[in-house]
Amino acid sequence: MKIARYILSRFAKAIVVLLGIVVLNFCLIHAAPGDPAAVMAGEAGAADEIFLQQLREKFGLDQPFHVQLWNYVSGILQFDLGYSYRQEAPVLDLILDRLPATLLLTGSAFFISIGLGILAGAMAAVRVGSWADTAITTLALLFYATPLFWVALMGILLFSVQLGWLPAFGMETVGGGYTGFARWLDIAHHLILPALTLGLFFTAIYTRMARASMLETSGEDFVKTARAKGLTEGKITRRHVMRNAMLPVVTLAGLQAGQIVGGAVLTETVFAWPGIGRLMFDALLQRDYNLLLGVFLISSAMVLLFNLITDLIYLIVDPRIELAK
Amino acid sequence: MVVSVEGLTVALPEGADRAFAVEDVTLSVAAGEVLCVVGESGSGKSVTANAVIGLLPDGVEPVAGRIVMDGRDLLTLPDAERRAMRGRDIAMVFQEPMTALNPLMRIGDQISEVFEAHDALSARERRARALTLVEEVGLPDPEKILRAYPFQLSGGQRQRVMIAMALALEPKLLIADEPTTALDVTTQAQILRLVGDLQSKRGMAVLFITHDIGVVAEIADRVTVMRYGRVVEEGQAGQVIAAATHPYTQALIAAVPSLIPPPPRELPVVPPALTVEGLSKTFRSGGGFFAKAREVRAVNDVSFKLRRGETLGIVGESGSGKSTAGRCIVRLMEPDDGSLHLGDADWGALESSALRAERHRVQMVFQDPYASLNPRSRIARILTEGPVANGTSWERALARAQELLEIVGLDSGALDRYPHEFSGGQRQRIGIARALALEPEVLVADEAVSALDVSVQAQVLTLLRDLRDRLNLSLIFITHDLCVAAQVCDRILVMRHGRVVEMGTTAEVFAAPRHEYTRALLDAIPGWSAESPLRRAFAQQAGAAE
Repeated sequence: MKIARYILSRFAKAIVVLLGIVVLNFCLIHAAPGDPAAVMAGEAGAADEIFLQQLREKFGLDQPFHVQLWNYVSGILQFDLGYSYRQEAPVLDLILDRLPATLLLTGSAFFISIGLGILAGAMAAVRVGSWADTAITTLALLFYATPLFWVALMGILLFSVQLGWLPAFGMETVGGGYTGFARWLDIAHHLILPALTLGLFFTAIYTRMARASMLETSGEDFVKTARAKGLTEGKITRRHVMRNAMLPVVTLAGLQAGQIVGGAVLTETVFAWPGIGRLMFDALLQRDYNLLLGVFLISSAMVLLFNLITDLIYLIVDPRIELAK
Repeated sequence: MVVSVEGLTVALPEGADRAFAVEDVTLSVAAGEVLCVVGESGSGKSVTANAVIGLLPDGVEPVAGRIVMDGRDLLTLPDAERRAMRGRDIAMVFQEPMTALNPLMRIGDQISEVFEAHDALSARERRARALTLVEEVGLPDPEKILRAYPFQLSGGQRQRVMIAMALALEPKLLIADEPTTALDVTTQAQILRLVGDLQSKRGMAVLFITHDIGVVAEIADRVTVMRYGRVVEEGQAGQVIAAATHPYTQALIAAVPSLIPPPPRELPVVPPALTVEGLSKTFRSGGGFFAKAREVRAVNDVSFKLRRGETLGIVGESGSGKSTAGRCIVRLMEPDDGSLHLGDADWGALESSALRAERHRVQMVFQDPYASLNPRSRIARILTEGPVANGTSWERALARAQELLEIVGLDSGALDRYPHEFSGGQRQRIGIARALALEPEVLVADEAVSALDVSVQAQVLTLLRDLRDRLNLSLIFITHDLCVAAQVCDRILVMRHGRVVEMGTTAEVFAAPRHEYTRALLDAIPGWSAESPLRRAFAQQAGAAE
């Protein structure tokens, strides 16, 4: 019951935060230079003042700022994210169409990075000072320092162009016509390269964090208590060191969730992954206000959701975190 | 003999301040016997204990000697066999109950784990045994304790859990490494009694590491005194305390703060330096959209007057509110209620810049000499920062810093060095000098000697007494240790649960405590019962002095 109330209270707070984000984003975008009417008129090849005025009236851009804001916010409260005049479709539909692809990519990258990071970090910590430790630490440093797009391009060059093992772009084979399980396999095949690319940077962070945290925890008093009980080193590591050492990694992962969503924009662009990252990139170039705001809203919601999930995981692994009494 | 250590020498890794942690140590414990190994920090007492159970840190290796148990030399056993002995034949209880238990694991699981490590009993039997063990160490509501996590237990309860865990497989030898040092005095008394009871019931051998002669007087059958890694004296506990032969042991016993207060001083009748009236502070935690905040009344209606030149001891156990009261008086914390007056000035009413301008009038010396000095600042900066901020020229502040170092017994060469280059006792002297640099009217010392070894503690106490007399300081001395309070305080104020339960001159409070809590506190001090060798030794000393 306490958990339900906690989640409810977190959701209530999240909605307040989201509304704040909406208003802030709206103000920011409108403060930025550039007139969407001018861009559209320019593309139509008829940039005279009368046509511009017509466009502005049509899209409500002639109304005072606060009226535009009010219209937008009240629309959102009714789950109406507005209409994208560039793509000629409701923003919500556009986003929902792309959202699963992004969730798949960021979700995979998130779990790959945490899993691999903890594993590699633990391996390095257990054999601290060995060649395995040196190799893992060096690789982690390398991936941490390498820009994401460069890793992406090198990945494509090596695994797609040279070796031909993995597809270079897209989410499904064009004209493959796969259905059912075969289709899922096809998607998974396409997913490997972008998910690894996006995940590697974060894997590097979690590896370093997990290693440091494991080393610190191994010096704790309760580890000595475990030794005094006569437990084997393996059990001490798994049961006492690992669990305690993972807490800071979980905290960091929650904080990094926003960055993963940010990194997805880049990855999706390089790999032509049909997610909202691409959608945002296009909307930005085309001054598609409503679409851009919609994407911002959804990505903010995703970050808040990732944070909530992290906090819930924390609640499960650390009994000391008490729910508000 | 259950275990005998013969000529043990343990090497420290290269680059340590000395080559050996312990050298040529010989000691033994028989079944049903309590051997206390006593010494100050760096004496090698813990290293000896850890060598016996085989838990020496990496790089710290035994290089000579034997540790014999059941006819076998433990130092030559393979790792797997040594591991199998841990928990089964030799068990250990550690100093810090707050960190010695895995915070993420239920108590029941942590106790059952001992059986699991040695493949003893079925899962159900383990649980049942854990329950009886928890009952045996006197924990209330055993079922609930088994399901609890460590953070839900108090320090004393956790230490009982540690003892239950150590006793699980009925080891022949129990090693207790300062198991009561981190506990309040009344809790300490209970744990000492528990260890004594269990030991006599089971006939175990107990190797008890401590720095506290009082504890030795309380529970030891025999005692081994260590210094700089060597055994300097050993013998029957009563005999060693009553008639120590080695000068170090004599010095160690002489440095124990006596429970018998020195004769009271005559203080001139002057207006009070500090008047505290109705001081209250409540902490609120938690709370939010749907939740109500939790409230703890840390300080509840505390009133007293501190006379000029007087030392007032605020004594209490953890959670009594003594430190909170101290912080409120220094105004590092805002009291919720009550008034504070320095002389006639309303100290409690000052705000922001006015407060900052007057801050020099009340200064504080903190408990932890390691954490309370900025590790990146040289001593010169630490001592001059305050006066310079108050408008003194840097040259004058520096000259004063030199004087102060001399006053607290340090060389003026210390100015160019960093805090980490000093020992704990030296740092506490620097901490005192830092507070004095601002020429405060009232000095609040919060557990200022608690983290120090007993001989260093005695030196710092002497310094404080000396400064009080020379500079006519008005001192508030916050401590959990009644013996220490007895040595320096003119009057004592006893706090419990945020309230003042008793206040009186030191002699009154010690000779005829009015409140039962004060009596309980006095009774709990280890080693001072009527028939204790320690009391006799001090009585003799006092007699000889007269």
